[in-house]
Amino acid sequence: MTTPSTSVNVNGRAQQLKSAPASPLLYALRNELHLNGAKFGCGMGQCGACTVIVDGKAVYACLTPVAAMAGRQVRTIESLGSAQQPGPLQAAFIKHQAAQCGYCIAGMIMRAQALLEKIPHPDEAQIRAHMEANLCRCGTHMRIFAAIGEVARAGLPAAARGAA
Amino acid sequence: MSPPPRSARRLLHKRLLLAAGGVALAAAAALFWPHSAIAPLYPATPAAAADPATLARGARVVALGDCMVCHTAANGQPYAGGLPLQTPFGTIYSTNITPDRATGIGAWSPAAFERAMRHGVARDGHLLYPAFPYIHYTRMSDADIHAAYAYLQTRAPVAAPAPVNDLIPPLGWRPLLAVWNLLFLRPGNRIADAAQTTPALRGQYLVDSMGHCASCHSGLNLLGGERSPAFGGGHIDGWDAPALTGLSALPVPWTQAELVDYLHGGLSPAHGAAKGPMQPVTAHLAEVPVDEVRAIVAHLNTLQTSGALAASAPPAQRQAPTPPAASAAAQALRQRGATLFEGACASCHGASAPLNAINGRPGLDRSRALTDASPHNFLRTVHDGVARASAPAAIYMPPFAEVLSDADIAALAAYARADLAGLPAWDGGAVVRASAAMRTAN
Repeated sequence: MTTPSTSVNVNGRAQQLKSAPASPLLYALRNELHLNGAKFGCGMGQCGACTVIVDGKAVYACLTPVAAMAGRQVRTIESLGSAQQPGPLQAAFIKHQAAQCGYCIAGMIMRAQALLEKIPHPDEAQIRAHMEANLCRCGTHMRIFAAIGEVARAGLPAAARGAA
Repeated sequence: MSPPPRSARRLLHKRLLLAAGGVALAAAAALFWPHSAIAPLYPATPAAAADPATLARGARVVALGDCMVCHTAANGQPYAGGLPLQTPFGTIYSTNITPDRATGIGAWSPAAFERAMRHGVARDGHLLYPAFPYIHYTRMSDADIHAAYAYLQTRAPVAAPAPVNDLIPPLGWRPLLAVWNLLFLRPGNRIADAAQTTPALRGQYLVDSMGHCASCHSGLNLLGGERSPAFGGGHIDGWDAPALTGLSALPVPWTQAELVDYLHGGLSPAHGAAKGPMQPVTAHLAEVPVDEVRAIVAHLNTLQTSGALAASAPPAQRQAPTPPAASAAAQALRQRGATLFEGACASCHGASAPLNAINGRPGLDRSRALTDASPHNFLRTVHDGVARASAPAAIYMPPFAEVLSDADIAALAAYARADLAGLPAWDGGAVVRASAAMRTAN
């Protein structure tokens, strides 16, 4: 019996995911592709630690079936930069010391990235409404808002915007 | 070729009729408008004039009347208005009913407030749009209107002018409303407190007057009047407001006890949670004594065309449904739906999921969104989820519009209808089209 596979573009590269079609995308990203930025938090779409971008929109990877990803563009935090060369949002999060335990941060950055690609200069109210879906149990929200706000004022450079 | 004379005469008749109708409408408008202004209060009403019992009664009336649901914008100050109401005729913004003198109702006398509630006329004499349900409030008792007035006049004043409405021309010309009022407003048929001698009569008063249930659950006719007979179901804020008349004959029938659970806080362990515009309604009903909710249910019981509602029922025994027979293609669609359900839904809605086992939450097979003849509310729920709210029962569901395609959602619907609810499939093509339409409307 051949294992069914699902064709997905992840961070700009075509991938054949071997994970079961009913698996959440999060498991395929972490276990199969070893992209460990997105985290398992609640598994119920309530905390946002697993947030990735699919076709330009922030989604909960823990509730996104691999079966629904055929032919779609997935982006994870690994696509934004590295420890040596952080992207604009990553650099701002570091500058504002927005991470305490850090567990929510990859999800926070991906949700903020989706916002800044759609609305280049969101105001405070737009940032708050958009980020409501992601929780931080350490309580660093004010630092997170400060980091996002700084990038929102400057705008994302073209190179830091995704294609999707 | 010239038209036969007979048709020409008909056309002429038609034009004459139209002209006569226009004259009649203008005459009616002139007859019923303008209303005179009622002098502003000066100085402001001393708030201390109302006694605690009146204020407590006013709080109950305002909760039962859902005043705050429309008169408070998202993230806005309580009762300061500004909430956009999407109607088939354009967008109307709710007004400020705080005691601010310039932008609220601080300068309104009790007589001006009562005229607005009973006739839909503002203090300065301009006609209010019937999105404000004065055709129902007109039936309130004097004592309830005065208590509501006293309560609202003791809220925190907020300076907030209402945004300008965006209505289809010529509906911005308010005198036209005089004609609408001739057709749909029946002032004077108020229900006296003394007439509310049984729970069902009390319930009828609450449902028909301040509760204004028919505003959503009857649907609107072409002129924006409520459809008759009442409670046949309507459409509001992107949701189907279900019919309230056949509740004993649904695939999952309601009992009176279950309706009380549902209305008093928004969660029935036998049916599920209130969603969409019904969520704030049930949140406010949780603020009033449960006997008021029991009275509402006693009256709802008298509306049933399908036989009376049972008082209560033993906890439902969940049985695996027998899926209807299906073609190979339909079975393949259901199989795909089962796969998607496992990845997207089962961590909360699966039979063994903790969320399904704690707090007595019912399975999806009991949800009206899934068992209804129309897929509309199922699609609305899957697309948008259920927003976090401060309702007593903290219900939340994430949105799936960005995760699942229309075809995915149709597969999910096919699986859930057959394998969870044991009901015949919805029309798959119609589900895909309705799902796509929901996307473009957003």
